[in-house]
Amino acid sequence: MTLPQPAPIMDIEKQRVVNDFCITFSTVNGSGSATSNTTIMRALFRMGIPVSGKNIFPSNIQGLPTWYTIRVNKDGYLGRVDERHIVVAMNVNTFARDLESLVPGGVFFYPDDVKLPITRQDITAYPMPVKKLTRESDVAQNLKDYIANMVYVGVLAQMIGIDLQKIYQALDYHFKGKAKAIDSNFSVIKAAADWAASNLVKTDPYYVEPMNATEGFVMTDGNAAAALGAVYGGVQFLAWYPITPASSLAESLNEFLPMFRKDPVTGKDTYVVVQAEDELAAIGMSVGAGWSGLRSMTSTSGPGISLMSEYLGLAYFTEVPVVVWDVQRVGPSTGLPTRTSQGDLTQVYFHSHGDAQFVILIPSSMKECFEFGWKAFDIAERLQTPVMVLSDLDLGMNQWMSEKFDYPDQPMDRGKILWEDDLEAFLQNHNGVWGRYQDVDGDGIAYRTVAGNRHPRAAYFTRGTGHDEFSRYSEEAPNWEKGLDRLAQKFQTARQYVPKPVVSCVDCAKFGIISMGSTDLAVKEARNLLEKENIPTDYLRVCAVPFTDEVKEFVANHEKVYVVETNRDGQLRQLLTLEYPEFATRFIKISHLDGLSLTAKWIKQAILAEEEK
Amino acid sequence: MAEQILTTPRPAGANLVGLTRNEYKGLASTLCQGCGHNSIANQIVAACYELNLVPENVVKFSGIGCSSKSPTYFLSRSFGFNGLHGRMPSLALGAMFGDTTLKAIGVSGDGDTASIGMGQFKHMVRRNLPFVYIVENNGVYGLTKGQFSATAEKGLMLKKQGVNPFLPVDICLEALASNATFVARSFAGDPKQVKELIKAAFSHHGIAVLDIISPCVTFHNHDDSIHSYAFGKEHEMPLQDISFIPARDEITIEDYDPGSQREVEMHDGSVVVLKKLDKDYDPTKRSEAYRVLEEAQTNNWLVTGLIYINPEAPSLYETYNIDEQLNRVPAERLRPAPESMAQLNDLLF
Repeated sequence: MTLPQPAPIMDIEKQRVVNDFCITFSTVNGSGSATSNTTIMRALFRMGIPVSGKNIFPSNIQGLPTWYTIRVNKDGYLGRVDERHIVVAMNVNTFARDLESLVPGGVFFYPDDVKLPITRQDITAYPMPVKKLTRESDVAQNLKDYIANMVYVGVLAQMIGIDLQKIYQALDYHFKGKAKAIDSNFSVIKAAADWAASNLVKTDPYYVEPMNATEGFVMTDGNAAAALGAVYGGVQFLAWYPITPASSLAESLNEFLPMFRKDPVTGKDTYVVVQAEDELAAIGMSVGAGWSGLRSMTSTSGPGISLMSEYLGLAYFTEVPVVVWDVQRVGPSTGLPTRTSQGDLTQVYFHSHGDAQFVILIPSSMKECFEFGWKAFDIAERLQTPVMVLSDLDLGMNQWMSEKFDYPDQPMDRGKILWEDDLEAFLQNHNGVWGRYQDVDGDGIAYRTVAGNRHPRAAYFTRGTGHDEFSRYSEEAPNWEKGLDRLAQKFQTARQYVPKPVVSCVDCAKFGIISMGSTDLAVKEARNLLEKENIPTDYLRVCAVPFTDEVKEFVANHEKVYVVETNRDGQLRQLLTLEYPEFATRFIKISHLDGLSLTAKWIKQAILAEEEK
Repeated sequence: MAEQILTTPRPAGANLVGLTRNEYKGLASTLCQGCGHNSIANQIVAACYELNLVPENVVKFSGIGCSSKSPTYFLSRSFGFNGLHGRMPSLALGAMFGDTTLKAIGVSGDGDTASIGMGQFKHMVRRNLPFVYIVENNGVYGLTKGQFSATAEKGLMLKKQGVNPFLPVDICLEALASNATFVARSFAGDPKQVKELIKAAFSHHGIAVLDIISPCVTFHNHDDSIHSYAFGKEHEMPLQDISFIPARDEITIEDYDPGSQREVEMHDGSVVVLKKLDKDYDPTKRSEAYRVLEEAQTNNWLVTGLIYINPEAPSLYETYNIDEQLNRVPAERLRPAPESMAQLNDLLF
């Protein structure tokens, strides 16, 4: 057996590192470690410490390595960092690699039955009697493998100072109050903590201490937040097909809709969810439902988006409102299904064959996943067009702390829809003429009726072929051009309805930074790092395409703009360049894609490297 | 939704809802002269007129192809959506949830259904969406000028394509295998049967698949082909003489001689009356349906009529807990009340 190494840092009290480090759990997927990891993160959250968790998992169900990283940061910076300060090495197959990955002075927890050498002298290693404590626990034999992961919860809690009461609360939430499950897990955690208290001497500098920085916050994942947003947006129809990392968005809707959207009087549902046979059908159903006046959506990821392109082109051309969530993963092709990226931006913008442009919303936080969740329907119905919402795996599948969600601050906007009486009034005010694609207001948006409107003049025939203002088949050149030009005009109108960017400017900024979505976290931290080196920066986070005037103003005010994003080609920069050709030379690409979200350090270094050029 | 029956005097030739046959018509057809599809469109008009359907209560769908143009040739006062090739089923399924009191009819072709659309077709059938699904089956791609479709028979010779080396897909068998609850085959040259089957299909409480052999006069009308007028006229083997009696006319059943007929009562109380021909055919038995289709294939018969029906199976709508026209639910009932935000935030850790 390998014995604990002597502590490299002798005066640990002096070197204390409090609430500012990363813990990585190295496990085998399918071993039930997710419960343990989430429990630790929630306990830290309940201790009032800003915390985030990232699951780096394989596209596999059982047996391959998986890493879960928890970052605690007293300043609230919760983006990814590369450094591993503490590693809990439960996977013998990655043991050497995990040991190697630690920072000097790091901490290594490992099961004492692993007979591999601890090859580093500059770290602290704590063995854990995982087998012994599991054997001694009184849980059923078939659950022992799962309970083994609770041993490290207890040992870690004892060694860095996680409050066991908070761990109990986290288990209570996870097991939905089921006493037997809570107690059997907690008893193992307690036994492990007691064992560590009696048998291990702390020789490392890492501690957590209670703070008061999570009051008023909740923990959730972006897919659940999006689903809840959709519930408050009045979603009535969801068709979906399983795909990582989007499945849990639809599954969350399946969980939340029955809670919030049953009619209290009749007990009947005000929504329909269909698991379609593929993404081709999921989007077809969603477009059909949007056409007949339902608040309709689908959720998918890159490969599904590719399959949906033709129907989205039809919806763009026939002007059908529908909301499409794209929880991005790494492409092209099947790519890295369980890794994050921002690589679908240009695809969803152009999407269809022929001339087409799509409205895109880009949330960067749980709050925005919720907010854009409801707002997307208002925008889609107002503009009578598909609205794409670009989330990603990092936002969608990881747990994040978030300010509590706010109730929608605007009434629902159903757009220009005419029911029987509305149509009658419209006809009276417009010399008895109504055309489905006639722009009477000059904003590019026509008035629509939907199936089920019994007014004898309401019906029209929707077609993906050339049509005139009355939706009659037409191959006439002027009709085609007029129709497409109106759609382009409508896209201009969209600028006034989409969310504005978030801008943060300081005095004497050296340059501007533009970013989007989940990259925001790392950019905010990178700005702080740059600030510390006396490089103040201005920052604009794009929340939507088409860009609003604020984006243009920001670009106009900065000679140099770094565009930071998580993809290979700098897709946001590409769109900005197209939009503002007069400023094209101002944009500098800071992009990178390896499946992991960007780190603040990388961004800082990439920008500094450009600055030195 | 029950149709509103007029009690006031009706114009000459008007049906029970006060509409003349003309009011069920669409635009003039732009298909070829003599195309079987035109005859089917006419029978849709006749069936809807005779069923006293209000056009505003019907929604039309189609995919892409010659067949899929035809929804503009009937029911001008109905909403319609001409979707994507092979993907009418998904579009229709989503759309019909907007208002489940509406009736739905879709027109597809053999390419649209049995090639690109096979998956969506079978899944729509499996889900039992109340929907009159007409396949105008001519064994050929017309709009792209005469390529083989998946229902073209083996050995068929087409001008630019040569000889078809593959066995055809049988749409009725595919429907049956996917648990269709109403499967019929007809021939565009037999308008009365087409009409009665469409009427029965509209009253069916679920998916009603009508595979109608509809000769393509331009690209595929060889006398020896199963998709030709000549073949159909010569080889048609009707399973039964068929009459459809809507629920409200039920009393007229007494006019028929009960000794030579079988009646199938539909979910809404209407009745399909099948006058037996030479066989004692029972369309409520799936095994019988398979048998006659196999037999027809072996003998090169064009077996027509109501092949299978199960009026009791629950429709798609019944698998959901909804009871109103969803697209009319007002905003205040779609967005949970502000008080619910506390419950929501409590749900989260």
